[in-house]
Amino acid sequence: MLTITLAIFIPFLAALFVPSIYKWKPDKIGWFILIIPLVLFISLVRFIPRVAGGETISHTFDWIPSANIYFTTYLDGLSLIFGLLITGVGSLVILYSIYYLTARESLSHFYVYLLMFMGAMLGVVFSDNMMVLYVFWELTSISSFLLIAFWYHRKQSRYGAQKSMLITVSGGVAMLAGFIMLYAMTGSFSIRENIAMIGEFTNHALFVPAMILVLLGAFTKSAQFPFHIWLPDAMEAPTPVSAYLHSATMVKAGIYLVARFTGIFGGDAVWFYTVSIVGIFTLFWGSFNAVRQTDLKALLAYSTISQLGLVMSLFGLGSAALHEGYSDQSVLYAQATFAALFHLINHSTFKGALFMVVGIVDLNAGTRDVRRLGGLMALMPVTFTIALIGSFSMAGLPPFNGFLSKEMFFEAMLTVRHLEFFSIGSWGILFPILAWVGSIFTFVYSMIIVFQTFFGAHQPERLDREAHEAPMGMLIAPSILGLLVVAVFFFPNVVGDYLLRPAMSAIYPSLPNIAGAMKSIKIWHGPNLALWMTVGVVVIGFLLYASLKYWRSMYKVGPFRWGLDSVYNGALSMMERSSTVLTNRYMTGYLRHYLIYIFGIFLILTAGTLVLVGGVPFDFSNDSSITVNEYILVFGMMVAGVLMIFVSSRVTAILLNGVLGYSIALFFVIFRAPDLALTQIVIETVTTALFLLCFYFLPEVKKERVKRPAKIVNLLIAISVGTLVTVIALAVQGSNMFDSISIYFENAYELTGGKNIVNTILGDFRAFDTMLEVVVLFIAGIGVYTLVKLKSRKEGRDVED
Amino acid sequence: MKINDVILRTITKLVVFIILTFGVELFLAGHNDPGGGFIGGLVLSSALVLLFLVYDIETVQKGIPVDFKKVAAVGVLFAVGTGLGAVAFGAEFLTQTFEVFHLPVFGDTELATVLLFEVGVALTVVGTVVTIILSISEDV
Repeated sequence: MLTITLAIFIPFLAALFVPSIYKWKPDKIGWFILIIPLVLFISLVRFIPRVAGGETISHTFDWIPSANIYFTTYLDGLSLIFGLLITGVGSLVILYSIYYLTARESLSHFYVYLLMFMGAMLGVVFSDNMMVLYVFWELTSISSFLLIAFWYHRKQSRYGAQKSMLITVSGGVAMLAGFIMLYAMTGSFSIRENIAMIGEFTNHALFVPAMILVLLGAFTKSAQFPFHIWLPDAMEAPTPVSAYLHSATMVKAGIYLVARFTGIFGGDAVWFYTVSIVGIFTLFWGSFNAVRQTDLKALLAYSTISQLGLVMSLFGLGSAALHEGYSDQSVLYAQATFAALFHLINHSTFKGALFMVVGIVDLNAGTRDVRRLGGLMALMPVTFTIALIGSFSMAGLPPFNGFLSKEMFFEAMLTVRHLEFFSIGSWGILFPILAWVGSIFTFVYSMIIVFQTFFGAHQPERLDREAHEAPMGMLIAPSILGLLVVAVFFFPNVVGDYLLRPAMSAIYPSLPNIAGAMKSIKIWHGPNLALWMTVGVVVIGFLLYASLKYWRSMYKVGPFRWGLDSVYNGALSMMERSSTVLTNRYMTGYLRHYLIYIFGIFLILTAGTLVLVGGVPFDFSNDSSITVNEYILVFGMMVAGVLMIFVSSRVTAILLNGVLGYSIALFFVIFRAPDLALTQIVIETVTTALFLLCFYFLPEVKKERVKRPAKIVNLLIAISVGTLVTVIALAVQGSNMFDSISIYFENAYELTGGKNIVNTILGDFRAFDTMLEVVVLFIAGIGVYTLVKLKSRKEGRDVED
Repeated sequence: MKINDVILRTITKLVVFIILTFGVELFLAGHNDPGGGFIGGLVLSSALVLLFLVYDIETVQKGIPVDFKKVAAVGVLFAVGTGLGAVAFGAEFLTQTFEVFHLPVFGDTELATVLLFEVGVALTVVGTVVTIILSISEDV
């Protein structure tokens, strides 16, 4: 059905119209933009019953069929969840951004980038063809780059944008290599076909490398350890962007990828261990580092990292279900995937709400530093309520949806202890322990958000602005998310039956009964070990929070202080330095040197090829005899050429050059090529005028003092290049390696109606060449114009260097 | 510096029209005889360059108030647009076609879509050449 394909393109098309709408109604633009995700969300919601009924919808049109690249969109349970998140959270974020961004900002850029991102993200989740997926994947990185650098006059914004771009794009390239390896194995770029065929290839030499490369893409995008360092710096983006890209959607693209490729790689021990260990460690590391943050947004960034780790580890565990087909055991492990999907949705609701709350606090109190905030509860009651709901949900407390998925998470972690394959042994116990420790830190930082911001003493003198409640409109979006947090707690199985179960069958296409076998989500499941773990988290977490000021200094000692950030910065500046050294070595600024490189490389490549293929059979037998006229012309040209070296004025040199050009035109006349002769004459005339113009700006020709060895080198290069060109011209005559292509043009008159075969070639047979040449000519003209006309102007804005 | 170039100016006034006519002739002749969009465009621009050389830029631009950057852009639009036009009619990109029409004055005349394409080429050439020469010469 076409609508899914259309859904991908609607945001892109809408982005085209943003500038004109912006001109028309600059202060109302957000409301126009809001329509798009809202319409898309509603049309996707209408698919829910069909998809829940087990239907999948796909549509294909050819893109580059010769390279096996088809634009296939595919809607199943998994992509539906992501599609709903992208459009749903997207609508709320745009509604919020209408109030968050003032009309002074360049709103048209903002919404163009945002729509571009939305389209790209929909493309990622709806594409079945890996190449198409990759294109959209990189597009999300690019739009994220543009959005992080939205306030590009800030140095930190540019730094964060560059960092996220470098890390996610290099991950993306690794992923591309992985896709190509998969193609090399199975011969298909379709994910579904790969899932169906991969069974025969699990022992292929490329199987594990492809898996690792695809995982690199997923881990960089989803900010998994050790690639998580870009996410905190990405927080320089406007808060709506952080809420949308860097917590609800884009960072989940990696998780989507893992879920989608579970069908291909799941069931393998390497996949199981890599995904679950990286995930669980990221969970721990993210939450551990979140506690030390004083900036609320940085805290949320680390918390996002840790929550992404949580979901990732659950998908890792869930992949064990594919190890040995359908059994009671595999149902048990698939429960982890079920929990992962549930937490994915829950995280989007509560983290989106929290980001919006932090944005409100930042805007209406002038700071996001928890050391300066406090006592805002009375001043911002609605904001406080939403923050409370979001944080307690994140901490895993009832009656919020985070409690349910956290319990399921603990249960899944506890099942690892019983894992009997993958030679896990007693190491399995580490999973629940790390999960538990990570959850304690999660609890602590959730408390920091609520208590240090909204309780305690209000310090108006340390705030930049007088704190007050946000306007109604700004509170709508976070309130809706807050309500969802509570609603999902009370009716979890609505989500479970309509969204999660269809997604389960999408992740495990080889286990068709798995969706039905999932236990339904219970609010109260009796006092089991998972519940006691939660109780432990609350008790110990509360003690830790109370004693925070005693142990916080721990972060300042030893290994915790050196971050991966310094590794990244060091590597970057080292690369910059060494490439500067390397470039300066050969970029001397002397035109003479550059000509030496150009001609030298030309010599080596061309002469080398000629020697290697032995392509110099001279054959003069078919040549016609040379007339006196031609001798005279060639003699004249030689004289002009030799004289040019010795003249002292540039004008004379130009005129001599003209002699060469016009003589060539004469040759064309003799050889009966009037087209070429005409062109040559006019070109010669125009370029002579152009040269004379340019030389007006050049200084007088001065005798250059060149050392003798350099002169000899130049002489050698000049002579050998001249010889080589002559040899090539002769060799072309002598060899006949390919069939003549003139059969294409033989009946040119019947095909094109033109009697001038040269022009029919230019305009009809090889029109693509001509068109691109025209474009290149135009680009060159514009290039000259801009180089000459637009002298570098410093922007008036306060751009930090 | 004031040079006495009355002869040059007088001849130019005459010659420019001859060159321009020749350029248009070359452009139209291209289908069956030597000529075409590229060479036609070049000849046209050489006439303009001659004007710029003989008179100063201000005088010429007063007479021909055209932004040559836009001329070049329109040319590219033509060249690419005719390609897309073919797609709109369900043919491959850049497919050209021709048809013989019976016109009142000219009799049986062959009209080809390649003409539009060549218009694009010619306009781009004129626009680009003049833009380059103008921008370099104005940078004094």
